[in-house]
Amino acid sequence: MAKRPIEPFLWILFSAGGVLAALLIPVLLALFGLAFPLGWLPAPDHAHLLAVLGHPVPRVVLFLLGTFSLFHWAHRFRYALYDGLQIKHLNELINLFCYGGAMIGSAAAGYLLWQIP
Amino acid sequence: MADRITLQLARYRPEEEPEPSFQEYEVPCREDWVVLDGLNYVKDRLDGTLSYRWSCRMGICGSCGMTVNGEPKLTCATFLADYVPGPVRVEPLRNFPVIRDLVVELGDFMRKLTSVQPWIVREEEKPLSEGEYRQTPAQLDLYQQYSMCINCMLCYAACPVYGLDPKFLGPAAIALAQRYNLDSRDQGVGERLEVLSQDEGIWGCTFVGDCTRVCPKNVDPAGAIQRYKLTAALEWLKGFFVPWGAR
Repeated sequence: MAKRPIEPFLWILFSAGGVLAALLIPVLLALFGLAFPLGWLPAPDHAHLLAVLGHPVPRVVLFLLGTFSLFHWAHRFRYALYDGLQIKHLNELINLFCYGGAMIGSAAAGYLLWQIP
Repeated sequence: MADRITLQLARYRPEEEPEPSFQEYEVPCREDWVVLDGLNYVKDRLDGTLSYRWSCRMGICGSCGMTVNGEPKLTCATFLADYVPGPVRVEPLRNFPVIRDLVVELGDFMRKLTSVQPWIVREEEKPLSEGEYRQTPAQLDLYQQYSMCINCMLCYAACPVYGLDPKFLGPAAIALAQRYNLDSRDQGVGERLEVLSQDEGIWGCTFVGDCTRVCPKNVDPAGAIQRYKLTAALEWLKGFFVPWGAR
């Protein structure tokens, strides 16, 4: 454990992101990508959606979904670069790009969600 | 059905040639013949210099693993008839150094295997007078699948991570560690965690899943590794939030 104690933590983020994305993103895509635009379900108007996001629970759920999904991507993409392109020797740069990108994306998601009145 | 089939066998005789080459042999293609029967035919009738490992001919000893038409296979369980009209290309297992012809060097695998202590570890043995260590069918079910491993190393030959980084502990060693971790009679979980949770242990695996696809005994090493990742991650969380309670 002493050698790289950060790896299990990154894997937990990866794993949580995979589970959350697999469960929630298809639902969101089906609703906002198909059901609402194609008129299968009555589409909520802007004020209604804003009111939903006014409640802290959907906001937190969306924030966690975005954050964990980004860290899922970061972990997967890091190994795609390591093994797929075989550029593991650039690992510091890769880690900075992947996890740094996920952190910036999470911060942006948090900021945008925070801005909702 | 064709009555003969061509085998293209990888030959490597380090004292004679610097590079491996291929040599073709025509062997009978009988319905009940496996690739190993073809190799034995070559060895007995055509070319006694061919080297390869085999023993039981029934998928138990795990010594006849080779690359057949690009796929890691137990040659005793791979029928020639499935490759008609041929040719059948037989090479040594990938990702291992080749000693001669179809024989690979096992040392790295054997060292990794022993490093995870694939046996029942007891802090203290109970006296014989107390009888055997009894187990319920449910306790047996927890690990039985992983105990089917025959150490044939097909999973190592299929694993792209092991191919890129030979330090990776590898599928079979981790699956066998899980076989003992999940055994109710075992008390070696903590010692194995030290080895498995290293960089080159479970965290090296990127879940390609080829180990499970090629396993001739349906052990599912990829599943064992992912399950163990969860165990190790929870141990890590426990050590992080409850440092005084960690193993």
